[in-house]
Amino acid sequence: MRFPKSQLWLALALVVAGVVSAFSGRINDYFLDVALGAGINIVLAVSLNLINGFTGQFSLGHAGFMAVGAYTSALMTTTFASRLLPLVGGQAWILFPCALLAGGLLAAVAGIAVGAPSLRLKGDYLAIVTLGFGEIIKVVLQNIDVVGAARGLYGVPAHANVFWVFGLAAVTVYVVWALVNSTYGRGFLAVADDEIAAEAMGLDTTRYKVTAFVVGSFFAGLAGGLYAHLKGYINPTGFDFNKSIEIVVIVILGGMGRHVGVVAAAILLSVVMEPLRRFGDYRMILYALLLIVLMLTRPQGLFVWRSGRGTA
Amino acid sequence: MKSPAPAHRRHFIALVAAGLVLAGCKPSDDAGKPGAASTGAIVVGEFASLHGSEAAFGQSSHKGTELAFDVIRSNGGLLGREVRLITEDNQSKAGESATIAKKFVSRDHVVAVLGEVASGRSLEAAPICQAAGIPMISPSSTNPKVTEVGDHVFRVCFTDPFQGKLLADFAWKSLKVRRVAILADTASAYSVGLADFFRQPFVAAGGTVVTEVKYASRDKDFKAQLTAIKAAAPDGLCVPGYYTEVGLIVKQARELGLTVPIFGGDGWEAPQLIEIAGSEALKNTFYSTHFSPAQDNPAVKAFVAAFKSKFNEVPDAMAALGYDSAMALAEAIKKAGSTDPAKVTAALAATDFVGVTGRTKLDAQRNATKPAVIITVENGGFKFLQTVEP
Repeated sequence: MRFPKSQLWLALALVVAGVVSAFSGRINDYFLDVALGAGINIVLAVSLNLINGFTGQFSLGHAGFMAVGAYTSALMTTTFASRLLPLVGGQAWILFPCALLAGGLLAAVAGIAVGAPSLRLKGDYLAIVTLGFGEIIKVVLQNIDVVGAARGLYGVPAHANVFWVFGLAAVTVYVVWALVNSTYGRGFLAVADDEIAAEAMGLDTTRYKVTAFVVGSFFAGLAGGLYAHLKGYINPTGFDFNKSIEIVVIVILGGMGRHVGVVAAAILLSVVMEPLRRFGDYRMILYALLLIVLMLTRPQGLFVWRSGRGTA
Repeated sequence: MKSPAPAHRRHFIALVAAGLVLAGCKPSDDAGKPGAASTGAIVVGEFASLHGSEAAFGQSSHKGTELAFDVIRSNGGLLGREVRLITEDNQSKAGESATIAKKFVSRDHVVAVLGEVASGRSLEAAPICQAAGIPMISPSSTNPKVTEVGDHVFRVCFTDPFQGKLLADFAWKSLKVRRVAILADTASAYSVGLADFFRQPFVAAGGTVVTEVKYASRDKDFKAQLTAIKAAAPDGLCVPGYYTEVGLIVKQARELGLTVPIFGGDGWEAPQLIEIAGSEALKNTFYSTHFSPAQDNPAVKAFVAAFKSKFNEVPDAMAALGYDSAMALAEAIKKAGSTDPAKVTAALAATDFVGVTGRTKLDAQRNATKPAVIITVENGGFKFLQTVEP
């Protein structure tokens, strides 16, 4: 039986992540934290790219979906762990992926709840609705005492390792890549290119938009779960408007609707802040300068040598 | 679609990007030396919010810590060794402090970690220091949860239960408040916590909470809440928030003709409070804090003079606590006679020294039991009113 090439790549990535994970004890904790942070940003950026890049919608609420996933999964491995652990035979390593999945699914449900009524809006209007959603999630979390309210949720076990983070990053890249390169997925690009023309061709554009939104928010929820189990502490303010903007910046810098560029930008922007630490107060200025220079020299995105979406 | 960039430019960008990544991977010359070694510099890590929403607090605290290290250096270092302070900025952002704590532990090999003002970010770094067995001292996180993380986490400030109790006592005895209204910030763990710790002792003393209303950080208009408060006719208003909102609340309360005393906790402490509210509106307002530069005490005077000559400004409570956190660590290292983290932790647990914020004695829960001061605003400036012993 002959596998398509892309599935081989996915399998290879999963194996590499598993092997590296087995040796991750030898990697310096700090480097590991930065690397895993970059991996989580890949999941976030690639999933947002499906909405903002390939489908041409403008969502500013990605951190909100991330928060849903983060809180759901963190609650399952902390507050409700004593009740849930017996269901999986007391094995924490089984509970963790279940918690991640639950976080992703709940984020996807939130994606439907937000997407279905609001995706008939276009451009700026949609941006404002998603922005509002992100803020609502934050404020709701700040007022629920079970999740720690403004105090935050702490004591989340550190289950996120190289295998889970980079394995899921590979899965995200694969799913988004396969989706937009499928016959069905061409519809996303059509919606982005010209919604009226797409509608005239008989495409259900709202359904395409909701699909992109739900898949995107599912992976954002997974990323949130990974984040919670990496940092060990989550706080509603960590999922505010600025976090959403951070992800949008990665997507724009990498190139809207590009695969390699967005992954590269996710890695670059997560890692670059660390060597800049030695510049102290100038760090933020250098970071902003880097963004400006990159935007001026590569407005089409990193690693884009040819024109045309869905190629590089 | 724009034509692709010329090849040479493309390579240039790729090189710059690769260079930046490599710069991050290259180990610096001084890294890799464990701080616990018996020779070489003693390295201490400090994480602070030098930028972002709580930058005013973070900068103050950092300046205090810096001054303390100057003093330690001018006294010939510790254990005959040089001391080095590595400061990292978390930009008041969630997630950063955990990364910084991991860097301190596994890359800089610090002896101890100092930080930070906001309880939320101290809670993020604390489990990492606890797991690594490195002592961490928070200068001014007052939320009780912080030191509950484990036996390696300390603080040199009082906690919110103590502050709430003393505010209740002050309101009951000195201000003769019997019917109080509370206006708290739901978006801040500090504010919600302090409101709870104020209500319990106040009600226990026989007082009545006539109404309790909420706001959220970054709100600008509080007229709705204040009108409701005025209708309940309290004889005192408790606002356990941060100075940005407190300034606006006091100003708008006075505009609405609410003349009762208004009081709160150490979140009020910032010169911006007077700028925002104006000194006229701030008459008959009081807050509790850790330190006042006007205290008549030789240690405080020397500290204020040194701080003024270095930074050209008057230190606030955050600066004083930043100073004391570093001094508490220096004392502990001296007493331990070693930089072994276990020994330093043991010495810290027995901390009992007189700092600029008063006598700092740590209890079994690693919290400081220490005096607080009450401050009022008069003639456009902060005025020290009284010291409250624990």
